[in-house]
Amino acid sequence: MISNHGDDAGHTHSDDVPADQPDSLTYYQAMETAVRELLIEKGVLSADDVRRQVEAMDARGPRGGAIMVARAWTDPAFKRRMLEDGSAAARELGLDIGPVKLIVVENTHDVHNVIVCTLCSCYPRNLLGLPPDWYKSRSYRSRTVREPRAVLAEFGTVIAPDTQVRVHDSTADMRYLVLPRRPGHTEHLGEAELATLVTRDSMIGVSVAVFMPSADATVRT
Amino acid sequence: MTDSRCMSDAGAVRFRPGDRVRVRVAYPIGHVRTPLYVRGKPGIIERICGTFPNPEELAYARAGLPALPLYRVRFLQRDLWPDYAGHPADVLEAEIYQHWLQAEDISR
Repeated sequence: MISNHGDDAGHTHSDDVPADQPDSLTYYQAMETAVRELLIEKGVLSADDVRRQVEAMDARGPRGGAIMVARAWTDPAFKRRMLEDGSAAARELGLDIGPVKLIVVENTHDVHNVIVCTLCSCYPRNLLGLPPDWYKSRSYRSRTVREPRAVLAEFGTVIAPDTQVRVHDSTADMRYLVLPRRPGHTEHLGEAELATLVTRDSMIGVSVAVFMPSADATVRT
Repeated sequence: MTDSRCMSDAGAVRFRPGDRVRVRVAYPIGHVRTPLYVRGKPGIIERICGTFPNPEELAYARAGLPALPLYRVRFLQRDLWPDYAGHPADVLEAEIYQHWLQAEDISR
């Protein structure tokens, strides 16, 4: 048990100043540390193995998802296949999606989709990388199902009153990816350039994909 | 949770897209993937996701067989939250296992 009011008697500080560190580990944090240390102690794996896995997970980003979206924006037949079977479409592009069952939901003029997992933090990690902290927060999880428009507005995404909002609660075995709308004035962009416009948040559905013409483009026009 | 009444055909698909259903009101102890806020609520089958080992059994290192049909069920937000302030057509979709669903208003 760790206490921040025990041995550090040398420090004088007011009680209303928050400490830098929480008082103690949560149950599962302590459990994780204990199991990891035991596995290393018993030679089942090494600290290096753990570090490499963590690095591999950290290295994943939203690029896979962005590649899929950009292809869907430029290839209507691929888009149809992607909406039909997201996992197959990912594999078609050579993306490693593992055993994940992916459902892609399309934003249109009339429908805006947003993803949440109220029970935990289910997320298509293979395509988007690790979920952001806010996605796992109790407030995002509880409020998105109940007042999605207010939550979206806090992300700067104001949905027109007559656009239908569809919340997808990722409660079981499926994982979800939003296909955002292709931004306007992007007809001249190729697939690779389009992919750079596709943000992680736009594929969760809390924001939209935007195109801001670069200085060069502005000069040309 | 084990529902012995229908274990024999628990794995057979009972609903089709468009069917009206209602989520059972039950409060079993243990690992459950049906959020509280949809229990007792009416919805429509949006699609059949396939069959999956029962997570309520898997959570306790059991086999979870027979695999159960899993559906995406579409709910109107105003059915879920009486004070819902958004557009009346706003919806929420969630994945619900078959043993949590009962048929609703088959005549429609």
